[in-house]
Amino acid sequence: MSTISLKIEFGGGLELLFANQRSYSLSIPAIVPTNNRTTPTPPPTPDQPQEPVETKPADVTYLIHHMRDHLLKEREELFIEDDTVRPGILVLINDVDWELEGEGEYVLKDGDEVVFISTLHGG
Amino acid sequence: MAPRTCALCSTAKAMLKRPKTGQQICRECFFYVFETEVHNTITQSKLFRLGDRVAIGASGGKDSTVLAYVMKTLNERHNYGLDLFLLSIDEGITGYRDDSLETVKRNQQQYDMPLKILSYDELYGWTMDAIVEQVGRKNNCTFCGVFRRQALDRGAAMLAVDHIVTGHNADDIAETVLMNIMRGDIARLGRCTSICTQGEDTIRRSKPFKYAYEKEIVMYAYFKKLDYFSTECIYSPDAYRGHARAFLKDLEAARPSAIIDIIHSGEAFEVREDVKATQRVQRKDPFSLCWNDWFMCLSETCQRCGYMSSNELCKACTLLEGLERGMANSGITDRGRKKMEADGPTPNNLRTIPFYNPPSGNPAVTIETLA
Ligand SMILES: [Zn+2]
Ligand SMILES: [Zn+2]
Repeated sequence: MSTISLKIEFGGGLELLFANQRSYSLSIPAIVPTNNRTTPTPPPTPDQPQEPVETKPADVTYLIHHMRDHLLKEREELFIEDDTVRPGILVLINDVDWELEGEGEYVLKDGDEVVFISTLHGG
Repeated sequence: MAPRTCALCSTAKAMLKRPKTGQQICRECFFYVFETEVHNTITQSKLFRLGDRVAIGASGGKDSTVLAYVMKTLNERHNYGLDLFLLSIDEGITGYRDDSLETVKRNQQQYDMPLKILSYDELYGWTMDAIVEQVGRKNNCTFCGVFRRQALDRGAAMLAVDHIVTGHNADDIAETVLMNIMRGDIARLGRCTSICTQGEDTIRRSKPFKYAYEKEIVMYAYFKKLDYFSTECIYSPDAYRGHARAFLKDLEAARPSAIIDIIHSGEAFEVREDVKATQRVQRKDPFSLCWNDWFMCLSETCQRCGYMSSNELCKACTLLEGLERGMANSGITDRGRKKMEADGPTPNNLRTIPFYNPPSGNPAVTIETLA
């Protein structure tokens, strides 16, 4: 299965939710389930046969779920809300505001850098 | 997706979408429009006069860090002729303020501005750590708010500045408008949105970032790689404000102009005089969340420390007396205060705040200069 390597970085205090580590390098599958499930589907059982899994190329929405399931250490509600980042968190993809890149639908490429910055911490 | 070009210069690659206008612009154009809008706010409101001494209330956080950088930039670019200072208040919160003050000290070097740090400990004889130990976490924001406000004025008087600027941004102001509406505090609405306030004997205070969106401030800091500190105050949670903030962010996500719209609503409110009169009585409650409205009711001076006050004793002196007499929470309500009075007269040897001399000209302190 092919994977893509990414670099993610945190700012504005968001790193506190991620073991106080400012940056991570990680690999995610290039093709992922459309439902953003980041763990393997349970093996089929006689009464629950394996359903075919719909897939999509890995996008930022999937990355956010991956981060929640594998990197986030506490208080998930401060990071993710309704399948996207909580309002007040800025996202930049290769230093470009993700609002210009299709937000969660942006399809990740090998080597992309994604930055998450909280604006909610005091001024 | 092909990269979009900037809506302003039509040459460089667009890097962000402005929340206020939806425009997609490049990094350099963003710097220029952001700075120019702050400049326009400053000139249209005639905030400064040539030669003014101006203190930037600096916490080490994003807003005041960006404010210091932009004030320095504009002062040089447009020849405001201002003497700029950094003024920080050290509340004495281990693991929070001590770290953020390190950021301010770096800003002092980076921006080449004199820095004055005034601590609760030297002014009141109490750190926030010690106060929280005595009062618990419920009312500690009350102490901190009252003490900080007075400390900023006193620090400004020591620096002999004419003016304090703070980093309050459009989101902060919209949030305060919402909170005043939700608390039924109609009389405060208009004043909360005013860009500059000054009462008799007080130092002018203003908010050059009144129309600057938080998103743009953070983007500016990120693109400029400014050095700021971002950790929540360990004692903070003001739950009500937190909810107002989250609500505002939800509104903004649905419609980015919501923030400016709310500020305009606050500005446009006209309160009938008879309504104001009934509100004026309630306003004796001094624990406002709006920084501006104090001046309205502060016509006397505190008999103990000389600071502006609506009563014989200013709020800080009342709170301090409660702390000193081991009845900390009685400084908070009128009822508690009466109880404290009934408990006996103020002891003679009570610790008090040094007498406040309103700004008169020459600095009363030697300013820490660059090493
Ligand atoms: Zn441009
Ligand atoms: Zn006093």
